[in-house]
Amino acid sequence: MTTAALSSVPLSKAALFEAQAVKISARRNRLLSLPALLIIGIFGVLPLIIICVYSFLVAAPYGGVQWQFSTDAYLNFLFQRDIFDDTLQFTPDFLIIYLRSFLFAVVTTVICLLLGFPTAYFMATRPPAQRNWWVLLITIPFWSNLLVRTLAIMFIIRDEGLINNALIGLGVIDKPITMLYTNFAIQLGLLYAFLPFMVLPLYSSLEKLDFRLIEAAYDLYATRRQVLWRVIIPLSKPGIIAGCLLVFIPALGAYVTPLILGGGIHLMIGDLIAQQFGSGRNWPLGCAQALILMTAVLVALYFYVRNTSGKVQHG
Amino acid sequence: MGIAFENQLAAPQLPSRPAYGDNQTGTHLPERAGSLNGVIVPEQPGKNAIEVRGVRKVFGTGENQVAALDTVSVSIRENEFFTLLGPSGCGKTTLLRLIAGFDFPTAGEILLHGQDIAPLPPFKRPVNTVFQSYALFPHMTVAQNIGFGLEMLGKARAEIEARVAQMLKLVKMEALKARRTSEISGGQQQRVALARALAPQPKVLLLDEPLSALDYKLRKEMQIELKRLQHETGITFIFVTHDQEEALTMSDRIAVMSAGKILQVGTPRDIYDRPAERFVADFIGETNFLPGTVVSKQAGVATVKFASSATISAGYPEGFDPTGEVTLVVRPEHADLVPDPAKGTIAGTLANIVYFGTDTHYHVKLDGGGENFIVRHQNSRSSPVTYATGAKVGIQFEEDAARVLKD
Repeated sequence: MTTAALSSVPLSKAALFEAQAVKISARRNRLLSLPALLIIGIFGVLPLIIICVYSFLVAAPYGGVQWQFSTDAYLNFLFQRDIFDDTLQFTPDFLIIYLRSFLFAVVTTVICLLLGFPTAYFMATRPPAQRNWWVLLITIPFWSNLLVRTLAIMFIIRDEGLINNALIGLGVIDKPITMLYTNFAIQLGLLYAFLPFMVLPLYSSLEKLDFRLIEAAYDLYATRRQVLWRVIIPLSKPGIIAGCLLVFIPALGAYVTPLILGGGIHLMIGDLIAQQFGSGRNWPLGCAQALILMTAVLVALYFYVRNTSGKVQHG
Repeated sequence: MGIAFENQLAAPQLPSRPAYGDNQTGTHLPERAGSLNGVIVPEQPGKNAIEVRGVRKVFGTGENQVAALDTVSVSIRENEFFTLLGPSGCGKTTLLRLIAGFDFPTAGEILLHGQDIAPLPPFKRPVNTVFQSYALFPHMTVAQNIGFGLEMLGKARAEIEARVAQMLKLVKMEALKARRTSEISGGQQQRVALARALAPQPKVLLLDEPLSALDYKLRKEMQIELKRLQHETGITFIFVTHDQEEALTMSDRIAVMSAGKILQVGTPRDIYDRPAERFVADFIGETNFLPGTVVSKQAGVATVKFASSATISAGYPEGFDPTGEVTLVVRPEHADLVPDPAKGTIAGTLANIVYFGTDTHYHVKLDGGGENFIVRHQNSRSSPVTYATGAKVGIQFEEDAARVLKD
């Protein structure tokens, strides 16, 4: 009895001290996360709330909003009100632009992955001293503004541009091939803009790959192709997921590239939304379109991550 | 073909390289006899599983050239537990990697059952490796790891499952088959690595210091386990280690390597009792080196005189002609202390006594100078004499204890 009572005293003291320490460290952690939470709150959540509120208001004639509840913005996304009999008619114009944008983003992601994977693998298999130089080369495009780089593409592919002039000069063609202001131009611009965002996460995950595993697979009768599909790709999945997200999401909302290279003829979602705030003077519609895009991306993301992370776990 | 190269032959990679089993030399490889259920009967008893002929491996180019292997030749017999022993950088791992196919020799041939496999990629050789780091696939379960080789060979699902179950039982890992490799201990990972390499029934299993990451007790257990597996599967094991004790206890034969060369090949007893060179004697076990002068020699036995003018007869390896000043090697357990310095062959002062539990080491500072001479006594309940540090003692040698070796 006495020994038990004696020993319980320092024990409970220690437990108390521990509980206190846990409390203090929890408080400190909260304090440390405060700046990040503030920034997310002010620049992330608050604008989102404003967009959400605006999307349920009525457009003012010269831009801005009138404080009057309405779901017209969402209805206008798929339907148009007939001027004469006030009935709703299905108009898929916006939907088509959305689908087109999704298609652009998917194609961009797939091609970036196909080009980026071998590039990243090449970089990751260089001697360590060389690798940083390769990373540097990949980041060179970031040194100048995307707008400037997109304009440069314009000068290369336009009718009197570098490519057409060269081909005509060589006598390969006698009339310039129209490339600017086409879907091809937008696709090219998107690929150019987002390829580094694929290569870098792929590289960082391939660099961590234990190449002894590749030897082990060869040793166990795996051919080069089997090594790629059964060992390298499954193990670099985190990089593939990160790269695909980093390319797909911004590509979907791309604004500058389709505006300049598509010439305003071939719209993407980003341009469509911008139009509502500019010449369209329909802020609620712009807000609704932005939210619909966000919802679509979140849903797609949810399924994508759920599927791919499941595959990583189950080999 | 025994190890199912059917699908490997169809592999599109490296079409110009012959697959193992292509019948180019005209020698037909017999079906592999027996299975893992019982002890496999060797196909060609007493024949060589691996023959390394004049293999050189040079890394780097120009000025930076390093010969990791300098014209090495060795034959490894069927069903043998063969060990490549040497300090780090001696070329033992390079030789293993050449046999596995991860590197290709600069010159020379590597024969597997008489066929040159040196130019074949690893996935066309019926040889599997247990890696030092285990190299288990982290995205697969224990069972998937073990079945990987069979799957790559294109075996039927039922056959894979049966073999994986057998392998799990062989290495006593049935309970953990669904675990990820990151969720099991180092010793268990070791067992999985073994099972994975044994599952495709390779002709030769290569083991690259597989026990070095384990703690002492587990290592001892795995040494016995490896011997058991080798016996049960009847597969030729080529084991690489820098641990001489491990090599002595496990091997049928040992090749001692240094600086890209094989210095001696023999049974553990050969290597320990009759080392061919000073390096071998020094690297394996503890050895005393004594300077002396050859007085006469006859039929492999030399009479050597010490500075103290005492003489001793010592054997020397074949093909070596000792003359003049030589170095004698004497194992610590082949010498004995006597309390009277005059009765010993050589004499000195006890400098240090080190107790090891099973035995005691007496460090004797010799009257003639030089390195301390170590005498090992096995401890028993009735050790007759006890010595104290600082005592004058004599050292006696057992018969054939001393050998004259090449420096």
